Amino acid sequence: MDRITEDKNVHPGMQHGGWRGFVADWSSDRRAFRDVSWGKAMMWIFLLSDTFVFSCFLISYMTVRMSTVVPWPNPSEVFALTIGGTPLPLILIAIMTFVLISSSGTMAMAVNFAQRREGARSAYLMLATAALGATFVGMQAFEWSKLIHEGVRPWGNPWGAPQFGSTFFMITGFHGTHVSFGVIFMIIVARKVLRGDYERGRRGFFTSRRGNYESVEIIGLYWHFVDLVWVFIFAFFYLW
Amino acid sequence: MAQTRASKEQGHSIKLYLVTWILLFVLSACSYLVDYFQLQSELRWSLILLLMFLKAGLIVAVFMHMAWEHLTLIYAVLLPPLVLFVFVGIMVHESGYTLATRQISFALGQ
Repeated sequence: MDRITEDKNVHPGMQHGGWRGFVADWSSDRRAFRDVSWGKAMMWIFLLSDTFVFSCFLISYMTVRMSTVVPWPNPSEVFALTIGGTPLPLILIAIMTFVLISSSGTMAMAVNFAQRREGARSAYLMLATAALGATFVGMQAFEWSKLIHEGVRPWGNPWGAPQFGSTFFMITGFHGTHVSFGVIFMIIVARKVLRGDYERGRRGFFTSRRGNYESVEIIGLYWHFVDLVWVFIFAFFYLW
Repeated sequence: MAQTRASKEQGHSIKLYLVTWILLFVLSACSYLVDYFQLQSELRWSLILLLMFLKAGLIVAVFMHMAWEHLTLIYAVLLPPLVLFVFVGIMVHESGYTLATRQISFALGQ
């Protein structure tokens, strides 16, 4: 006990960010992530692992696309929609991108209001985020049914390399699942905020721990990550 | 400690998020235009990658608050994915080999 108080006084480096803080954080025999709660640290580590999962999908997509002797279907044409007589390339995907970015914007503001302890505003912004997320999943369902109707299957499609279907369903399906789970958890957290759980320290039904507004920040990290993954899918699968 | 941190974060105004949001919209519009105008080969690929990394950077730095975290967390999260470049390198090599064997095999009619 004495040592800990002493350490705090003796090493001013521990109070700093930058390289001195970095070395101090990792070298002493104590928690490395100062100022970061376990919940937030664990969400970051989960997101790191999820990064590797999505990377494996995208790298395997790269591998099959680079090694096939059959031409790859042109995504610009495959995902084109005809609106009012004019065929627009990739238009649905562009709209989906804007919807997901907007949901990230509302989420960032929800986190900001949660940090100011303005529960109601935070909750409504989270519900807006969930609504945008659900819209995204709905548009993805539309896209899937359109492609399935046109004959795209995991083992083949009318336009070229058969691997197109398997990578498409795998990557967008896994991402869509992430969005769907995000929507569900978002609604749960928004309900807790609206009910005032984090003001009164009400115990949760699953862990029986008292929650706090940090839950909003943690679900926010997850949500922004889902948006982040879409940035990479959009670039590599749809635009490349 | 938690108190100082919380008050530090409350300092962010909504304006910061709105500006980031608009920037992300503009960058996404740009990446869509890359496809709309059917830019090809090196120009297309470099623009796609540039816009992708700009968008990813904005999301991680501002929306996920990484810019205000300690270096300890930043490096713990951002350094490990760098090994993915090694994985990409290995698989590019592997794809080249697979493609070559396929082409030889199909050329010989087997």
